[in-house]
Amino acid sequence: MEMLTLECPYCGVQADETELHAGGEAHLTRFGPGSSDADFEAYLFMRENPKGVHFERWRHVNGCGKWFHAARCTMTLEVFGTYPAQTAEPPKKIRDAITAKRPGWTWRELS
Amino acid sequence: MSDPVLPLGGAHYEGLADVRETGPQGMIALRGDLSDAGLQEAVTGLTGVPMPDMRGAQVMGESGLLWMSPDELLVLVPYRQAARARAQLAEALQGQHALVENVSDMRAMFRLRGTQVRDVLAKLAPVDFARDALPVGELRRTRFAQVAAGVWLSDDTTAQVFCFRSVAEYMFNLLRTAADPDAFVGFHTG
Repeated sequence: MEMLTLECPYCGVQADETELHAGGEAHLTRFGPGSSDADFEAYLFMRENPKGVHFERWRHVNGCGKWFHAARCTMTLEVFGTYPAQTAEPPKKIRDAITAKRPGWTWRELS
Repeated sequence: MSDPVLPLGGAHYEGLADVRETGPQGMIALRGDLSDAGLQEAVTGLTGVPMPDMRGAQVMGESGLLWMSPDELLVLVPYRQAARARAQLAEALQGQHALVENVSDMRAMFRLRGTQVRDVLAKLAPVDFARDALPVGELRRTRFAQVAAGVWLSDDTTAQVFCFRSVAEYMFNLLRTAADPDAFVGFHTG
């Protein structure tokens, strides 16, 4: 059985999928009170569902407990990299790693 | 002070490894800035062991420091000294953004002994227990079957496992099953 292994950027552990908790899509912008209905709806419900490059949030729940980000391929489970939660967009290093393996990739407004 | 009660009363099983519930163990949860010199001085002075690196388990007897996360240490002290140690640490960290709490009765601890400990542990957790992947003195927080656990090897044939008190019996049964003499593996040898 194919399992997903992500390196936790906080404690360096090669964490198995079963030690992690999936936190859904990464880099969402929160629209709260005062925002337009369309923005609020998109924030609540509209999610990417790509076959290929994807950015996600994960929590190292059976471990150090920290939230982090992962960039991976949903089709092959190939992991391009993991990075800390304290960032609003994927760092250049991660994007370069993806470009090296998946030239021409796009994800939302990123490429 | 009331007498401490072990979750399983010191349960013991001898199989592929010698599994024994240990404790009571004084434990103090400490959250704060682990890079702070004052904090490091306080915890190393209290326990007499050096500051652990990332994932490090620095333990000597009943005292030690376990690196739980980038902002959390589990400070081990003799059970009877936990309350005083907590007060001492809180005093030393006054003015800092830190949390210090005596959690001595929160967890159960087990000691596994024998040449087969790495095999026994490997049956229960999604962790590479090879000698170079998990060297002696490195703490690994993970899950054992369905419950959260922490484990480190204090020497090549001794493992220390801890989990929450509420799942102590589940953990002991797991360890006992994995250490059944009929379930010899012989993978992590030599």
